[in-house]
Amino acid sequence: MSKISLTVNGKLHTVDLEPETPLLYVLSDEIGLRGPKFGCGMAQCGSCTVILRGQVVRSCVMPVSAVGQDEITTLEGLGTPEKPHPIQQAFINEGAAQCGFCLSGVILTAKAVLDKKPNASDQEIGEALGGVLCRCFTHLRMLRAIRKYAGARKA
Amino acid sequence: MSVSRRDFLKTSGALVVSFSAAQLVPPFAFAQGPFDTHPSHVDPKKLDSWIAVASDGTVTAYTGKCDFGQGMFTVQTQLVAEELCVPLNRVKLIQCDTSVAPDQGTTSGSQSTPTNFNTDNLAQAAATAREALIDMAAGRLGEPAGQLTMADGVITGKSGRRITYAELIGSKRFNLPLSTTAKRRPPSQWTILGKPVPALDRTALMTGQFEFVHNVRVPDMLHGRVVRPPEVGATVASVDHGSVKQIPGLVKVVVRNNFVGVIAEKQWQAVQAARQLKVKWNPGTGLPAQKTFFESMRKQPSQDALLVDSKDVEQRLAAARSVVRATYVYPYQMHGSVGASCAVADVKADRATVWSATQSVYPTRSIVAKILGLPLESVRVVYVRGPGCYGLNGADAVSMDAALLSQAAGKPVRVQLSRQDEMAWENFGAACVIEQRAGLGDGETILAWDCETWAASKGGRPGYDRPGNVVSGMLMGDAPEEVKPRPAAEPRNELRNRSNAAPSYIAGCVNGKCNGAGTVRSERVLTHTVASPFFTGPLRSPLRIQNTFAHECFMDELCARAKADPVAFRLQHLSDTRLIDCVKAAAKAARWEARPSPEPGLPRSGTVTGRGIACVVYEGNNGYAAAVAEVSVDLESGRVVPKRFTVALDCGAISNPDGLRNQTEGGILQGTSRALLEEVIWDDKRVTSTDWESYNSLYLDFEAPAIEITLINRTDAPATGAGETAITLAPAVLGNAIFDAAGIRLREVPFTPERVTAALRATASEAANAHF
Repeated sequence: MSKISLTVNGKLHTVDLEPETPLLYVLSDEIGLRGPKFGCGMAQCGSCTVILRGQVVRSCVMPVSAVGQDEITTLEGLGTPEKPHPIQQAFINEGAAQCGFCLSGVILTAKAVLDKKPNASDQEIGEALGGVLCRCFTHLRMLRAIRKYAGARKA
Repeated sequence: MSVSRRDFLKTSGALVVSFSAAQLVPPFAFAQGPFDTHPSHVDPKKLDSWIAVASDGTVTAYTGKCDFGQGMFTVQTQLVAEELCVPLNRVKLIQCDTSVAPDQGTTSGSQSTPTNFNTDNLAQAAATAREALIDMAAGRLGEPAGQLTMADGVITGKSGRRITYAELIGSKRFNLPLSTTAKRRPPSQWTILGKPVPALDRTALMTGQFEFVHNVRVPDMLHGRVVRPPEVGATVASVDHGSVKQIPGLVKVVVRNNFVGVIAEKQWQAVQAARQLKVKWNPGTGLPAQKTFFESMRKQPSQDALLVDSKDVEQRLAAARSVVRATYVYPYQMHGSVGASCAVADVKADRATVWSATQSVYPTRSIVAKILGLPLESVRVVYVRGPGCYGLNGADAVSMDAALLSQAAGKPVRVQLSRQDEMAWENFGAACVIEQRAGLGDGETILAWDCETWAASKGGRPGYDRPGNVVSGMLMGDAPEEVKPRPAAEPRNELRNRSNAAPSYIAGCVNGKCNGAGTVRSERVLTHTVASPFFTGPLRSPLRIQNTFAHECFMDELCARAKADPVAFRLQHLSDTRLIDCVKAAAKAARWEARPSPEPGLPRSGTVTGRGIACVVYEGNNGYAAAVAEVSVDLESGRVVPKRFTVALDCGAISNPDGLRNQTEGGILQGTSRALLEEVIWDDKRVTSTDWESYNSLYLDFEAPAIEITLINRTDAPATGAGETAITLAPAVLGNAIFDAAGIRLREVPFTPERVTAALRATASEAANAHF
């Protein structure tokens, strides 16, 4: 066991656990966040996605000891129910969910690629989403929400 | 401390976007049941079991049909708001909690809408409550009921005097039975139901606030993992408990029969323990070779059913101008929920609570009670949403796992299955073989149709008393339901086409009553159920998608033999006017060009395009749909890309068109993934497709086709199911479009590039041979 400090959605947390513990378990079990979720535990689906240093990270396979000092942003760190982030608002407007379990992967991956490249083409956005799985297949609404967010961001 | 329906009623009426199941239902509380009755006695015949009005006028409704992403929470809230004339945000819906909600069995099979949105159950309760309120108001205001108006939770008389629901009955019981004469509000007056109300969970979902069963946390909760057998049929020889004693936080290793699980303080410790625990397994039973599996299915002893038999099929086929035969094959497929299943259980010496994503809270309560040896009424199962399940995924199994481990620990335990646990052992959608024969007569009409199906089966839903129907119950010692071979009896009752084993084009006549959707009167449909080496269970459109693939592709083969246009030929052989309307609407919206398939003069290289059509009456009476697909096929790589789907759908009176469209879009794309990619793979001992690299699914980078949906809203017709209608058509309509594009008939799902190129090669060599 060792004490590890990490900053999540603007708050500093100190946890005491095995340093190889995957970040996901720290976020969900120790900090009690609901955004990142266990999908596969193998970085194959994206349900556990968080943003770290501007990159999307699969928190189910990242040891908590590898996080360092940089801030982690989860789906609930983007915006609140009262004031959703514009990409969350775009998803709300388009009704882009069924069960909603996969949304951390979908929303955060799209946000990260557009943060890096605001003019990303549909193809580039598509490629970025290549490792993100939605088994309800809400694809059309999700892509429409992402396009609308990207368009509004440019404007 | 106890929680009752009164506690629910005391809470404010605001719609809770982010509630916690564990807070709403205190974990150590035990329900005293509705209005002090026994918790197992939520009497569905009593109005108070369904509807209650709180002292602030809030309406609380209790339902046994739950929302797992298909929108049932929103649409049931709309129903209650509509019938009781209150705004949406004044209705609080409590779904699937065995301590307070009525037992409505399982939320499945496209049955929630027909069950709760017509004249029984929740709809009947809401209508009864509205009429009861009017009657009460008539008495209190001294005016005839007929001249009272109801709006916004207030009843107003002609005199202008008003009385609120809260004043009439706030926090008191109705003490009334459900009225068999209560009238639903007419669809022409609907202001909330039938409207595209945005799903009520959207904001909580998008902002990461929504509580899934994976997020349920209760005080002192431990973490469990299971250790499943390495091979199908393997049994425990011995477990070396000492092999994990060095793992920090380890609480216990639990073995019951062939069930093995570990419990630790933290989740990562449980993962380590499950990985490192040394279990000696006796070898498994071995598995039949996948390559010859479908062939072997037809040779198994089988449990048979004859749905329809006009007794003249052989005679008519012998007289036909030409006979077309084909065999279709559909593989095992997975639910493949995006999240591996999870449940939390808190088992005390004399009572238990399970937070579960099961579709069947009451059956699960019964199963858990059996496993734990507790009386039924001491077990409470609370539904909390999991990842989309599409049928019987691992939710029931993991609920049993959590219950057993919590009992062993004497503390609450959360069990998270691994991806492999889920995929190797879930109840797969059944593998099927379907043999078709039909005869064409002069004038190119179908004279006779003979269909024989084989479906593999083992286990299924546990129901109220068969835990062994899923893996956990079997490992704990109960046996799964097995196929009992027996010959078919003569069809006695009318045709019930529940599994769509009968094609839409037969008349379906039994004892003079013709329930089919078509015109072919020389007909036979015989089904065989054979033993499956793997657990099987309902997967979105169970058997219906398999059978419809075979029927609608075979109909296309008949069209091609008759050199007829696939739309015109279908219309020629259909009698059901609602299905005919769907076919016409889909063809019209797709700007269907009448001609036979395939298009003459197909190119031999590059990318070809084509279109196909398919239609179905889901379950024979539970929704009508037709779809047109346009695809491209790369003749070199064999890659199939759907470009556009045009769907026409009739599910009676529509409750929420936005939810319906969402289900239809998702259904078409999920069906596309299943048609093009999905297949369970195994070797001689075990399932080997146990993650997303070995079990293929379309990801979000998939070049999604356009989907255009025409909704036929029949407000005068009963509401039918709609969640499984569109998906049922996907493999068939894609197969037909591929035939039109490339001239190849694919009779085995999935339509992988390898199968497409093999079929292209076979067709080319046939053509070459024909030249000589």
